[in-house]
Amino acid sequence: MVSFHGIKRLCIITFISIISAIPAYAAQEVNIYSARQAFLIKPMLDAFSQETGIKANVIFAKQGLIERIANEGRNTHADLFLTPDIGPLYDMVNKGLTQAVDSPILGGNIPTQFRDPNGHWFGLTTRSRIIYLAKDRVKQGDILRYEDLVDPKWKGKICTRSGKHSYNLSLIGSMIAIHGEAETEQWLRGVKANLARKPQGNDRAQVKAIKEGVCDIALGNSYYFGNMITNAEKPEQIEWAKSVNLLFPNQSDRGAHMNISGIALTKHAKNKGNAIKLMEFLSGPLAQYMYAQENFEFPVRPGTPKSSLIQQYMGNFKADELSLATIAANRSQASKLVDKVGFDN
Amino acid sequence: MNSSISAISAENALLRKTGSHSRWLSGALIIAFLVTLPVASVFYLALFPSENIWAHLAATVLPTYIWTTLTLMLGVGALSVLIGVSTAWLITMCEFPGRRFFEWALLLPFAVPAYVIAYVYTDLLEYAGPVQIALRSLFGWSSYQDYWFPDIRTIGGAILMLSLVLYPYVYMMARASFLEHSSNISAASRTLGCTPLQSFIRVSLPMARPAIAVGLSLVSMETINDFGTVDYFAVKSLSAGIYDTWLNMNNLGGAAQIASMMLIFVVLLISLERIGRAKQKQFDSADRYQSLVAYRLTGWHAWSATGVCLLTFIAGFAIPFAVLCSYAIDNFSSSWNEQFLSIAGNSFVLSLSAALIACLIGLVLAYSKRLSPSKGLQGVVRVANLGYALPGAVLAIGVMIPFAAFDNSLDAFFREHFDISTGLLLSGTVTAIIFAYVVRFLTVAHGSIESSLAKVTPNMDMASHSLGHNSLQTLLKVHLPLIRGGILTGTLVVFVDCMKELPATLILRPFNFDTLATYVYQFASDEMIEESALGALLIVLVGLVPVILLSRSITASRKV
Repeated sequence: MVSFHGIKRLCIITFISIISAIPAYAAQEVNIYSARQAFLIKPMLDAFSQETGIKANVIFAKQGLIERIANEGRNTHADLFLTPDIGPLYDMVNKGLTQAVDSPILGGNIPTQFRDPNGHWFGLTTRSRIIYLAKDRVKQGDILRYEDLVDPKWKGKICTRSGKHSYNLSLIGSMIAIHGEAETEQWLRGVKANLARKPQGNDRAQVKAIKEGVCDIALGNSYYFGNMITNAEKPEQIEWAKSVNLLFPNQSDRGAHMNISGIALTKHAKNKGNAIKLMEFLSGPLAQYMYAQENFEFPVRPGTPKSSLIQQYMGNFKADELSLATIAANRSQASKLVDKVGFDN
Repeated sequence: MNSSISAISAENALLRKTGSHSRWLSGALIIAFLVTLPVASVFYLALFPSENIWAHLAATVLPTYIWTTLTLMLGVGALSVLIGVSTAWLITMCEFPGRRFFEWALLLPFAVPAYVIAYVYTDLLEYAGPVQIALRSLFGWSSYQDYWFPDIRTIGGAILMLSLVLYPYVYMMARASFLEHSSNISAASRTLGCTPLQSFIRVSLPMARPAIAVGLSLVSMETINDFGTVDYFAVKSLSAGIYDTWLNMNNLGGAAQIASMMLIFVVLLISLERIGRAKQKQFDSADRYQSLVAYRLTGWHAWSATGVCLLTFIAGFAIPFAVLCSYAIDNFSSSWNEQFLSIAGNSFVLSLSAALIACLIGLVLAYSKRLSPSKGLQGVVRVANLGYALPGAVLAIGVMIPFAAFDNSLDAFFREHFDISTGLLLSGTVTAIIFAYVVRFLTVAHGSIESSLAKVTPNMDMASHSLGHNSLQTLLKVHLPLIRGGILTGTLVVFVDCMKELPATLILRPFNFDTLATYVYQFASDEMIEESALGALLIVLVGLVPVILLSRSITASRKV
C-alpha cells in the first residue's frame, strides 16, 4: 500500500510545506516577545505603525519567552522583549540575551533610576506599590509606612496576593536594600502574622476583599485603582474602588516603592534599527501620553501630562528613588525569604 | 487466559520466522526516540541546573508541595471514582427516568476545561456572587463576619472542581467495561442469590476494576499537571511549585528537578494502569450482544437514580455552561468578529492535525508491541508516554530545546558550507505546537488503541498470516476494521484535549497567532472571564461534538 517511494515523497512534501510556512519577513518590521498582555500595548503599537510604517508583530506569553529567546540563539526572531515588571528584564540581562542601546533620546526621556546604568533595559511606565485602606474602618494617619504593616493591632486585617508574585518580590527586594536581610525577614513574619487569609488572587481581588469586609488593609499596584474606578462595564468594581483610600507609604522618609514595565533589545535582534525606533517612540511624548491615559500607569517621561484621574487621586507623592537595578538584584534573596517564613502557606 | 497467552507466543514464533516485523520495530523505536526528546530535555535541565536550589526547596516548601499534591490526587481520585463508577453502573445496568439522556449527557463535563469551571464557580460562590447575596438578603446578614460560608478557593474546592470535569474519564472506561462484560455473568450472579448491590460489588466491580484503574490513572495525571485551577485557588501543589521555582525564583533547573520528581509519581500511576491492564486479557465473547439492563428501578429507587445523575450533570455541565452562555451573550458584540473566526480555525486545524498524528503514532507503537512484545520495547513505549505527565509549560521548554538545537545546528552547517542562513525552520512554527500536542496526548491515543487491539484475539493474526498477508496487510485488512471504535475514541479525546491545551501553545506559538485557549486565557488570567466567555463557550461546544460521537460509539459497541 504505502510504498517506500510514497514515504519519500511524503517527506519531501512535508519539508517543503514547513519551509514555505516560514513567513516572508518584510523589510519594515519589528518583532516583539511580550510578557505583557497584547491588548495593553496594542494602541501604542498601532500608533507607531501609523507614524513609521513599520509593522509590529507580537507574541504574548507570561512565561517561557526568555527560555525561547535563549534557545533560539542567534536565529531568534525576537528584536524586543517587553515585560510588566523589572524582574524578567533583569534575568534577561543576566543571561546575556540583551544588548546595550546608546540613545540620547532614551536617555533624555527616562530618569536614571528607571533604566539600566549600562543601557540594557529601559522602563517605559512606572507604578507604585501602595497600601489600600478601608475608608470606613481605618483612620487616616493610623498607618503611614510599609514598616507599620507589622503592628500587632492589624492582626487579621491585611490582604495581599502571593508573596512570590513579582510585584511583592520587588517590594521585599527594596526592603532588603534598606533594612538588610535579617530585619526584612522579621518584617515579613510580622506581615504574615497579620494576614486575614492565605495570600491569593490578584491585586484587584484584594480591594474587593476590603469592600467585602474580609480585611481592612491591602497591598496593591496603583493603576488597579484607575482600572476599577473607571470600569463602566462592571460597575461593582467602581464600588470596590470607592470603598478604599489610597496610601502612598513612607512619604516622610524614602517615598513609595516604585516598579516599572520595561523593554530590552535582544542580543541577536535582526531589525535593530526599527527596534530602537520603537523603543524611542514608546518613551516619547505621544506614547507616554497614551500610556497615562489608557492604563493609569505613571508615564516614565517627566513632564508628560497626567490624566485627570491620576491628578485627582494620585496627584503628588514622593516616589522612592532607589535604583531598580539594586532592587532587582535582591529579588532572588527575597523569594527565598518568602519560602523561609512560609508566607504563602 | 492461559490458552490466549500460549496463542500469542505461538503467533510470535510464527512472526519471528517471517521476520516481517523488524521494520515495525525500527519504526516504533524512531518514533519513541523523537517523542521522548522533550522529556529527556527536562531531565537534562534537572541534572545540570545553573544554581542548585534543591536544598533550599527541600528545607522550605517541598514537603508542602508533595503533601498538597498527594491530598489533591487522593481527593480527586476518590471523588471521580465514586461519581464515575456509580453513574456508569446505574446507566448500564438499570432502567430509570432519563437514562437515555444521561447516557451521553454525563460525558459532557469532559468538554469543560478545569480552569473555566473554577472561574465560573468562584464567580457564583464568592462573597459578591449571587448565591451569597441571596443568602444574605434571605437571612438579613449584612457582612462577612455575620455568617460562615465554605470558601471555594481552598484545596477542597480544587478537589471538587477537578472531580467535576475529570470523572468522565472513569465513567467512560467503567461504562465501556460494564457493557463489554457478558450480561450472562450478572444474570448468573442473580440466580445464585445475589441482591443487585451484592452483584455489583462482587461481580461487576471486580470485572471492571482494570478499566477503572485506567480511568483513575488518567484522572490522576490530569490532576498532577493541572496548573490553572491550583493557581487560581492558591493551592500549593507540585505543579504550582514548578512554576514558582522557575519564574519567581528564576531557576529553571530547580523547576525541572521538581518536574522530574513528579514523573516518579506518574511512573507509579502508569504501573497501576499496567497492572490493571495486565489482568484485562479477555477477548470478545460471543454473547455480548444482548440488552444489559438488568434492573428496572421503580418509585423511590428510580427517582434517586435520576437525582444522582441529574445532580452530576447540573454541577459538572449545566451550571458552567449556562453561566458562560449568559456572559457570552452580554459580550457578544465585542467578541464576535473575523479575528475570532480565524482563531477558532487555528484551534480546529492544530487540534485535528495533532489528533490524527497522535493516533497514527499510537497505532504504530501499539501494533509493534503486539508483533514483538519484548520487555525492551515495552519500556521504550512506556517512556514515550511520559509526556502526559509534564505540566504543559515545562513540556514546552522540553520541546523548545531539541527544536532550537536542530534549527541552529542546521543553520550553522549551511552557514559554514554554503554561506546561507536557514534560520529557524521549526522553532516558533505551528509544527512545534503540533509536536508538543502529540507528545503530551500520545498516551491517550495509544492507551485507547492498545486496549482495543488487546481485545482482538491473536487467532485473527494467525489466520491472516496463514492466508499470506504480511503484517501491514493484516493491520489494514483485519485489525483496523475491528479496532475502529478505539481509534475513533482516541482521536476524539486527543482532539478535545488539544482544543483545551493552553500553556505549551502560549509559549511555542508564532507571531500574532492565537488559539481559542490562548484567546480565553489572555482575559481570564486577569480575572476578566466575561470578556473571554465566547471563546470558552466555543471550546466547550467543539468539545461536545466528539463527546457525543464517543458516547454513540460506546453504545454502538453493544449492537449487532
